[in-house]
Amino acid sequence: MNIVVCAKQIPDPAEPGALDPQTKTLKRDGKLILDESDMYGVEMALQLAEAAGGGEVTLVSMAPDNKVDGLRSGLAMGAAKAVLVSDPALAGTDALGTAKVLAAAIGKVDGAQLVLTATESSDGYTGTVPEQIAAILGMPSITFAKSIEVRDGTVYVKRQTDAGYDEVECPLPCVVSVTAGVVEPRYPSFKGIMAAKSKPLDQLTLADTGVDAGSVGWGGGGQEIVGIEDAPAREAGEIFEDDGSGVDKIVAYLENLKIV
Amino acid sequence: MTFELNDDAEALRRVVRDFADSEVAPHAAAWDRDHTFPVDTVRAMGDLGLFGIPFPQEYGGGGGNLTLLCVAIEELARVDQSVAITLEAGVGLGANPIYRFGTDDQRERWLPDLVGGRTLAGFGLTEPDAGSDAGATRTKAHQTADGSWVINGEKAFITNSGTEMTSLVTVTAVTGSEPSGRPAISTIVVPSGTPGFEVGPSYRKMGWHASDTHPLVFTDCAVPAENLLGAEGRGFANFLSILDEGRVAIAAMAVGVIQGCLEECQRYANERIAFGRAIGANQAVAFAIADLAVAAHAARLVTYQAAALADAGKPYKAEAAIAKLYTTEAAVSATRTATQVFGGSGYMDETPVARHYRDAKVLEIGEGTSEVQRLVISRSLGLPVS
Ligand SMILES: Cc1cc2nc3c(=O)[nH]c(=O)nc-3n(C[C@H](O)[C@H](O)[C@H](O)COP(=O)(O)OP(=O)(O)OC[C@H]3O[C@@H](n4cnc5c(N)ncnc54)[C@H](O)[C@@H]3O)c2cc1C
Ligand SMILES: Cc1cc2nc3c(=O)[nH]c(=O)nc-3n(C[C@H](O)[C@H](O)[C@H](O)COP(=O)(O)OP(=O)(O)OC[C@H]3O[C@@H](n4cnc5c(N)ncnc54)[C@H](O)[C@@H]3O)c2cc1C
Repeated sequence: MNIVVCAKQIPDPAEPGALDPQTKTLKRDGKLILDESDMYGVEMALQLAEAAGGGEVTLVSMAPDNKVDGLRSGLAMGAAKAVLVSDPALAGTDALGTAKVLAAAIGKVDGAQLVLTATESSDGYTGTVPEQIAAILGMPSITFAKSIEVRDGTVYVKRQTDAGYDEVECPLPCVVSVTAGVVEPRYPSFKGIMAAKSKPLDQLTLADTGVDAGSVGWGGGGQEIVGIEDAPAREAGEIFEDDGSGVDKIVAYLENLKIV
Repeated sequence: MTFELNDDAEALRRVVRDFADSEVAPHAAAWDRDHTFPVDTVRAMGDLGLFGIPFPQEYGGGGGNLTLLCVAIEELARVDQSVAITLEAGVGLGANPIYRFGTDDQRERWLPDLVGGRTLAGFGLTEPDAGSDAGATRTKAHQTADGSWVINGEKAFITNSGTEMTSLVTVTAVTGSEPSGRPAISTIVVPSGTPGFEVGPSYRKMGWHASDTHPLVFTDCAVPAENLLGAEGRGFANFLSILDEGRVAIAAMAVGVIQGCLEECQRYANERIAFGRAIGANQAVAFAIADLAVAAHAARLVTYQAAALADAGKPYKAEAAIAKLYTTEAAVSATRTATQVFGGSGYMDETPVARHYRDAKVLEIGEGTSEVQRLVISRSLGLPVS
């Protein structure tokens, strides 16, 4: 079974991030690493491919400046190959534009039956790209997977909910977004790291994907970031000294907020 | 000239740092307190391929080099020296002599498991009466009619010699005398469990509590002829020829120690409040930490430059000694500084800097004392020291 994993490469969260005052977006000019959220997808894909008795795991990513370090991490974990879409024309692309590009790249992977993504990325975290990819590819989408099995062309998912989990099944091909609980990602081994260098890594431009240049980039989103401000500091709470009437005061306060 | 590590090294560093932070650091204080050798963690390091980094793929190794091994050792030592020395000794003293001096048969027999981190080996050179002066070895071995080697003697302070993963110890022993009359020393592989090979109880050490160290006693301990490693009488010369790699690897440990102290201090000096402000607001504290950054940087440069020479196949004996001497002395100073920055809590056993302080001292002793490094450096300068 061939599986595609969306692998977002993001600025290292361990290093202090910075906003570009010009574009009002996160600076992405430094080193990019594999989003930890996507390590779960990579691990799940490797385990599913193994359980299916074979098949290739392909990573698909869109990132600026032909950055591949994050993809190399996923290849070191065991993925067979990777596809990167990088193009100056993609700067400023929003979530829907990203989904169009990723969907086009996924379409170029031979025989992909299952597409895995994270529920949301660690930097942008709109949590909208997976469903958009599914819609564009015309595939069913299952979200919040906490476990995945595949048998006879059907995927069986336990879908995390507030109350517990739903059991969902769906025919392949489909798009499944996974939560951090789905599997424990392996550490890439030293041999994996060394082998990753020689694994195929296709680099595509926007033109290669066939996506309309008008629907991506700064103009494509039809949106503009007009300003960025620090969130207002939280104000100090109100302190009630308990002189015997503390409970009444708290209840009155909550009633005032219409909470009780 | 830019001096930076390549992408392989940085990718490896990222993985080992992640492993060290997630799988080692949270347990290091408990292992230290309970004197636990963390078998499962060492096996996990084996699965990561760390014990195979510098060895060729035909023996299950990773086809890397000394620089890459140093990166892994540095990142482990940053959080726990015991685990780092287990790797350093496992590779440098355990597997390396067999790789360097073994016959094809010996390599095929022992290397795959050692390189895969499924088993560990020790190297027994030091004796109660022969340390820096390793030529004074008293352990003896003689060959019987069927060719077996029968060993008698004692070894002291042998790392990785008594863990449940230990499969063998390579020992030096006098096997005759050279034409000059000096003792001829050979190296012989003794599998764990061989009758007459007794592993004494663990030492009560000042630090490195989670590393395995034992005295060994050999009493008419017989091993087959094919366990002789390298040519008869070449044991001492062989040993000398692999010392330099170990010295660079110990320097990498020291780099990790300094880096660990630096990071701990950066954090603490921002958090700890005294006289109404973070202690780092005092120049006395900030400058001490600035000095740690200088030490980490300088130590890293001498170490990786020596490793780069080794990997390029160039002579590096003096550079290895310089790296070991400079970095280990800097590491001991760094741990003292870090303990001072932490004040009273720096003296409490469970604080990482306290553990680093106790652990670091031996870096100036093992694999050649600081004095021995100065001897090597002096000789390289053409000075007539003996
Ligand atoms: C104003 C602005 C400018 C931007 N400029 C650029 C730019 O110049 N170049 C650029 O490459 N990106 C750029 N981005 C980021 C890009 O738009 C995001 O990848 C996209 O918006 C997805 O948003 P998200 O991270 O919230 O996705 P989410 O919906 O939270 O992501 C869910 C999952 O979808 C998958 N996924 C999402 N994005 C990617 C991706 N890029 N590659 C692989 N898998 C992915 C991952 O599995 C992820 O966990 C920019 C974003 C904004 C808001
Ligand atoms: C935790 C630990 C683990 C170890 N693991 C191993 C192991 O796995 N295998 C192994 O074989 N050994 C091991 N050792 C032993 C270690 O290598 C020796 O302790 C070290 O080489 C010093 O030898 P020594 O203890 O006999 O000291 P000595 O040689 O007696 O030295 C005592 C002091 O005299 C100084 N000195 C000696 N000769 C001279 C000289 N000519 N000029 C100037 N100064 C001199 C030394 O520098 C030192 O300060 C280990 C030791 C420790 C503490």
